[in-house]
Amino acid sequence: MLDTLQEIYGAVMRNKMRTVATGFAVASGLFLIIVLQGAGNGIIHTFEYNMGQFAFDAVRVFGGWTSIPYEGIKEGRRIRLDQRDVDMSRTSFSDKVTDAMPSVSTWATSVNYGKEYLGSTELKGVYPEFAQSQAVQVMAGRFINEIDLLERRKVAVISTRAATDLFQDETRGLGNYLCMDGINYRVVGIYKVNEMSMESEMYIPFTTIAAVYNKGAFLDEVLMNVRPFTDKTEIDSFIDDYRRASSHIHSFAPDDRRALQIWNQAEDSAELNMVSNTLHTAFWILGLLTLISGIVGVSNIMLISVKERTREFGIRRAIGARPWGIIRMVMLESVLITAFFGYIGMLLGIFFCEYMDSSVGNQTMDIGIFKTQYFIDPTVDLSVCVTATFIIIVAGALAGFFPARRAVKVKPIDALRG
Amino acid sequence: MIHLKNIHKTYDNGSPLHVLKGIDLDIQKGEFVAIMGASGSGKSTLLNILGILDNYDEGEYRLAGTLIRNLSETRAADYRNRMIGFIFQSFNLIPFKNAVENVALPLFYQGVGRRKRNALALEYLDRLGLKDWAHHYPNELSGGQKQRVAIARALITQPQIILADEPTGALDSHTSLEVMEILKDLHRQGMTIVVVTHESGVAYQAEKIVHIKDGLIECIEENLHPEENPFGVNTIMK
Repeated sequence: MLDTLQEIYGAVMRNKMRTVATGFAVASGLFLIIVLQGAGNGIIHTFEYNMGQFAFDAVRVFGGWTSIPYEGIKEGRRIRLDQRDVDMSRTSFSDKVTDAMPSVSTWATSVNYGKEYLGSTELKGVYPEFAQSQAVQVMAGRFINEIDLLERRKVAVISTRAATDLFQDETRGLGNYLCMDGINYRVVGIYKVNEMSMESEMYIPFTTIAAVYNKGAFLDEVLMNVRPFTDKTEIDSFIDDYRRASSHIHSFAPDDRRALQIWNQAEDSAELNMVSNTLHTAFWILGLLTLISGIVGVSNIMLISVKERTREFGIRRAIGARPWGIIRMVMLESVLITAFFGYIGMLLGIFFCEYMDSSVGNQTMDIGIFKTQYFIDPTVDLSVCVTATFIIIVAGALAGFFPARRAVKVKPIDALRG
Repeated sequence: MIHLKNIHKTYDNGSPLHVLKGIDLDIQKGEFVAIMGASGSGKSTLLNILGILDNYDEGEYRLAGTLIRNLSETRAADYRNRMIGFIFQSFNLIPFKNAVENVALPLFYQGVGRRKRNALALEYLDRLGLKDWAHHYPNELSGGQKQRVAIARALITQPQIILADEPTGALDSHTSLEVMEILKDLHRQGMTIVVVTHESGVAYQAEKIVHIKDGLIECIEENLHPEENPFGVNTIMK
C-alpha cells in the first residue's frame, strides 16, 4: 500500500500541470457549490425571517359600508362590529377558529415623555391573547396581562420605534410615564416593530380604552386565529360562510362584500410558502447543476489524463502490471487528488461564506419607511459540504475507473504503440 | 524453451491482413536466435506473440512448457513479469522515473519491498556500467545508456528469455555494437535471447538466424561462428 502511494506520489509530482488542472476543476467546483448554496441560504433565511414577523394564521375582520340595499334599508349604511361578532366567531366557527378577540382603536394626537414628543399615535385596546395571536415580539418588559384588564390599568406596550424616539434606545423606557392627550400611561413593555411595516401603534388594555375613551360597545376589529387551510377554495368558502353568518347579525345582504372587510393573512401565507419552497428548490437545483459541472470537469480531466498515459500503461503492462493494478492506481490517484483539492475548495468556500456573513450579512438596508436585512446567515451546513465533497470524490473515483478500464482492455502491444 | 506450432495471425483493420501463415519454430534453452526479415514480413508480430503482448488466432505456443493461449490479462501480466524480459527499439522507459526506479519497476509488480528492489536495481545498473547515472531521468541519458537501462530492467526479474525488438534500431553504430556485445555476454552466461531485426549486421551476431518472408519461415540458417562476422564489417549497416 505504501509502495502504491509512493508510486502515485511520483506520478503526481512528475505531472504537476495535469494534477493542478484536475485539482482546479475539483476545488473550483466545490467552492462554487458552497458559495452558491451559502448565498442561496442567505436569501432564503432573509425571506423566512421577514415572513416570521407576520402572523400567518390571523384573520382580521373590519366593519364596512353596505353597498347593496337589503330588506328595505338603503345602501351606504355603516356596519359596526360588536361583542356579538366575537361570540359568533367563537361558537359558529369553532371547527376553524381557534381564538377570537376584539380590539378597539383610538388616536392620541400627542404623546410625550418630558420634552420628547411623538406625533399622532394609534392606541389599540387589546386582550392579553393579542400578543400570541398577532405574533407580537416583546423585546423588554411584558405584554398586557389579565390584571391590567381587570383593574383597567393605564399601562402601555410601546414599539421599539417609539422607544427610540422617546428614550433614545430601542429597549429603554420601562416604568416611565408617557403623557397621551393629558392622560399618563406607564410603559410596561416594548415590542419589536415589524420592520416591513410602517405601523407602530401602542397597546393598552381593552377595558382601559373602553373606560377612558368610552369605547367598547362597538369594535373596530375582530381578530381571529384559524387552523391552516389546505387550499384557496377552502379559504374562499370560509370567508363566504363568515360573511353570511355576519349578515344575519347586522342585516346586510349575504353577498355584500363591502359590508364586511375580511383580511386574511392565511391567504398570503399560502403564497409566501410557495415562494419559499420555490426558492429552496431553485437553489437546490442550482447547487446540483454546479456539482454536476464539477463532476464533468473531473471526468474530463481524468479521461484526458488516462488517454495521455496509455503508453505508460502499456510499458507497465509489458513488464508485468496486472490490469487491476493499473485501474486501482488510477482510481487511487484520482481519489487522492479530488479529496485533497476538494478539501481545499470546501475550506475556501466555507471561509468565503463566513466572510459574506460577517460583511454583507450584517448590513441592513434602510429604505426610509422600513428597514430590512437582505442577507441573513449566508452559510452552508457542514453536512452539505461534506456530502458534496464526498460526491465529488466518488465521482473522481468513477471518472478514473471507466477510462482506466478501457485503457487496460486494449492489448498491451496496442497500448505500447499508443 | 519456446515451441511454436502452426501459428496463424490475421489483423482485421477494415480488410483482413494475414500476417503469419503457419509458423513452426523451436528455440532451445540458451540459444541466441535472430529473427530477420523485411518490414511487413511479420517478424515483429511473431515477437509480440512470443512476448504475450499480442494473441494469435490458430496454432499452439508453449513457453517453458506452459501453453500460452487465451490467458486472462492478469495471468498474461504475471507470465510477462516472471518469464520474459523485453528490450524495445524505443527503450520504453517511463519518463518521470529515474534509472533505478525504471529498473526496479518489474519487482514492484512482484511485490518486492522498495529498499530491496532499489538495491537490486542498483546492482544491475552497476553491472551495465551505469552506476553513476542511477539517479538520472531518461531524458538525461544518451540512447545507448537508455537501452542499457532497459536491458537492466529486462534482467532484474531473472527471466527465462530475453525478447529484443530492433534493439539497435534507434542507436548509432558505435552504441549498437555496445548493446550487441551486452546481449552476446548474456548469451555466454546462458540466457536465451531472441532478437528481431532487419539489419543483417545485427542478425549475424546470433548463432541461429530465422529468415521470415511474407508470414512464413523461409529458412533457418545456422551461424556457428558469429565472431567471424565482425559487427559492421561487410554488412549493410547505417
